[in-house]
Amino acid sequence: MNILNLFIFIPLSMLLALFISRNIKQIRATMVTGSTLLLALSVYLTIDFIAQRNAGVSAAQLYCDSWHWYPTLNICYSIGVDGVSVAMILLSSIIVFTGTFASWRIKPQTKEFFLWYTLLTLGVYGFFISTDLFTMFMFYETALIPMYLLIGVWGSGKKEYSAMKLTLMLMGGSAFLLMGILGIYFGSGATTMNIHEIAALGNIPVNIQYIFFPLTFIGFGVLGALFPFHTWSPDGHASAPTSVSMLHAGVLMKLGGYGCFRIAMYLLPQAANDLAWLFIILTTISVVYGALSAISQTDLKYINAYSSVSHCGLVLFALLMMTRTACTGAILQMLSHGLMTALFFAIIGMIYGRTHTRDIRKMQGLMKIMPFLAVGYVIAGFANLGLPGFSGFVAEMTIFVGAFSIDDIFHRVVTIIACTSIVITAVYILRVVGKILYGVPTDSEHLKLTDATWDERFTVICLIACVAALGIAPMWMSNLIGGDVANIISNIQP
Amino acid sequence: MNYLQFLSMTPEISLLGVFVMIFLFDLVATGRYRRIFHGIVCLLLIAHTYICITSGEEQTLFGGMYYNNPMISFVKALLTFGTLLVILQAHRWLRGSYTYYKQGEFYVLMLSTLIGMYFMMSARHFLLLFIGIELASLPLACLVAFDKYRHNSAEAGIKYILSSMFSSAIMLFGISYLYGITGTLYFDDMPTILTGTPIHIFSLVMFFVGLGFKISLVPFHLWTADSYQGAPTVVTAYLSVISKGAAVFTLFVVLTKVFSNMVPQWQTLLYILTVASITIANLFAIKQHNIKRFMAFSSISQAGYIMLAVIAGNAKGMTAMVFYILVYIVANLAVFGVIESIEQQTRHGVRRETINGFYSTNPRLALLMTLALFSLAGIPPFAGFFSKFFVFMSAFDAGFWVLVFIALINTVISLYYYLLIVKAMFITPNEHPVQKIKCDLYTRLSLVICFAGIVLLGICSIVYINIDKLAF
Repeated sequence: MNILNLFIFIPLSMLLALFISRNIKQIRATMVTGSTLLLALSVYLTIDFIAQRNAGVSAAQLYCDSWHWYPTLNICYSIGVDGVSVAMILLSSIIVFTGTFASWRIKPQTKEFFLWYTLLTLGVYGFFISTDLFTMFMFYETALIPMYLLIGVWGSGKKEYSAMKLTLMLMGGSAFLLMGILGIYFGSGATTMNIHEIAALGNIPVNIQYIFFPLTFIGFGVLGALFPFHTWSPDGHASAPTSVSMLHAGVLMKLGGYGCFRIAMYLLPQAANDLAWLFIILTTISVVYGALSAISQTDLKYINAYSSVSHCGLVLFALLMMTRTACTGAILQMLSHGLMTALFFAIIGMIYGRTHTRDIRKMQGLMKIMPFLAVGYVIAGFANLGLPGFSGFVAEMTIFVGAFSIDDIFHRVVTIIACTSIVITAVYILRVVGKILYGVPTDSEHLKLTDATWDERFTVICLIACVAALGIAPMWMSNLIGGDVANIISNIQP
Repeated sequence: MNYLQFLSMTPEISLLGVFVMIFLFDLVATGRYRRIFHGIVCLLLIAHTYICITSGEEQTLFGGMYYNNPMISFVKALLTFGTLLVILQAHRWLRGSYTYYKQGEFYVLMLSTLIGMYFMMSARHFLLLFIGIELASLPLACLVAFDKYRHNSAEAGIKYILSSMFSSAIMLFGISYLYGITGTLYFDDMPTILTGTPIHIFSLVMFFVGLGFKISLVPFHLWTADSYQGAPTVVTAYLSVISKGAAVFTLFVVLTKVFSNMVPQWQTLLYILTVASITIANLFAIKQHNIKRFMAFSSISQAGYIMLAVIAGNAKGMTAMVFYILVYIVANLAVFGVIESIEQQTRHGVRRETINGFYSTNPRLALLMTLALFSLAGIPPFAGFFSKFFVFMSAFDAGFWVLVFIALINTVISLYYYLLIVKAMFITPNEHPVQKIKCDLYTRLSLVICFAGIVLLGICSIVYINIDKLAF
């Protein structure tokens, strides 16, 4: 059996097991077993993939499999991975694993929470392993809808409003996307929905590409927090419960970037080249505007959400540069942002669980009260502002080097503008660190608070280890994705 | 004339048999035998559905007036299956004090409308078509007014019958024009003469009104909300899926058989009506607080989506349409089954506020309702996603890009109002939620079937593939 099918099969069995489980112990056991299995499986997949690549297997996709699902409509369940998807699967597994521990004490309706959580996981894995337009789209939507209930029921603050806004905006995006997918399929005149076969045909007329590229790009871009369509993100992230924020910012937003790269740019190369300038401008605005907005926020989660807008904007920005270095940087940035933002949201959730406020004006001197969480926060912050030794530095360095190396005035100017976000990031991170962690605790209630429990420590340590590992030894990862990025790029470039 | 011809109409004869048996049982059965009445009706219908599916050979009778083939038989079986689900859900309501003694009438009226729909779909002659439509409409008016002691129900019945008669009259006017133009009422002889001159278009539009009323497309939808709200819930369910399904299929047949030389004309007509139906119904649905009214507008917009398959007008479109009807039947009946259960519990009409906090007391019903609403909104991995996708595909393939785009934007609006219901059940707190509901066996059975349909129909492609083989 193809190993990739297990990524569908395990979440499905988890769903079933959760459905029949009766008490909290069984639920936790199911979640831990399932997410550990998934993590182990992704690690195995990564190692095996690298081994195969080193052995000289140069096919674009490995572990391919295809099964006719709706034969008369040319819809297949086809799966396969390349370096980029392997990296994304690894990222998802890490976040899902740590997210399980971060929601260890979620209440009420623990069972339902994990049911929706697992359904979301299923969608994410399915999206990353599919190579068929239809199945990809199906899993994409499967991953979106559980967010409504996850935020609406277990969230905080103005959760109903945020949940509705997030769901409707993302579904609006997927309406655009469906239009784009139909356009690609019928425009290419292909007898298959397999993206690699459509790309190999490469015969979508240019005027059709001009119509459907913006639709597809915006469709995925909504999830990737592209500038005018990012407004769901701050509200959504601020209202979501901890593990959902982690999964959403850490993995789900990556679906957007991945889709833009894999479908919009890969399948509609001509339009991607001609219209890139428009989207480069929008993403530059995302990058700078997100960072500037973060400065003026007072809610910890809002700060981090706007920071996500800025960093995810950088992903799309780099992808649109369409050079090998920049795109490798984009994928690294996805990984790096996924991990560190998950770390951030995890710690914020833990702090909020104790202080019951996220307002930075009401907290002070937390370093003395909860040193473990505070140190974790500082590390996450350093990773976020791109300190060498952490993943953020590697990714941003690669992106800006790749982007600046394009020899024309437009690209250089936008790169310089986007670079300013590094400085702005330092401002809002250090401001928060100074404000809430240092100084003397003012609120006497806060003095009674305790530091992290074992499950929280475990989550934080796992994520810090990953962030540091990616920062200290980035080459194996960039080798893993570099070759396949070059493959895709060669199809996009004229 | 060879009278044995009548025996060849297997689905109709078999349904007539069921009809007569129920009639006789109602006449002779007394006392404790009446308690098993419901069960017997269900068993008879199951047997009949089986006969329908197996009686699939192609045949033309009465000089071309009547036509049956495997696809039509399949749709007949499909509608019977839907009727069976509705009757299963009706059990508790039928045992109520007002309805108990006229249980037999309910079955007989419902089955006679079903025969009417059979004739509608098999008709290849406008006379038979008209008789079928009338047979499917008049008993329905009685059904809508079945709770005659309830003011609402009687009012709904009157509204239904008046608008039904009115639209029939206009349709008859259209048919008389068609007869005047072509000199025949047989479908087969018409296409060569109908070429799209203004008078032909005029008769097309007039004819369209009758079916537009039954499908409740937008300019002909004004009866829908009131009738749906007033009618007993099971009858509303029947109106919204079975009656609509039959009319859509008939429309498809007439448009492709009779007006096959006027394709651009009826496509334009459908284009406008589809956009109007989907958009207007969606905007109205947002405002509704009574769930049955809400479902009325939801069903109008769903009808608009089915029109996307009709507008393609080819075999792919037919498959997409029949599949859509099938999925729509299970999803919509799941919603109505839950509404019926709540109504039987609370003895009041169900409003959106009624079901606040429904999940805390009735997790299973709430979950089923959520899945059904997701299916109606077209969320994967539930069946509705697949049926919507196929409908979009067939319309896109036929070149209606902008129409598909408008419909897609509308799915977002529809998701909004479906989510309002989900929000009421899961999120909005309520101090006095609906008590725990204990469903009877029949209702439970129908809900389980609906649940299985919602979850499996899309993932198991076998159903779609088999429908595709039948399409003509």
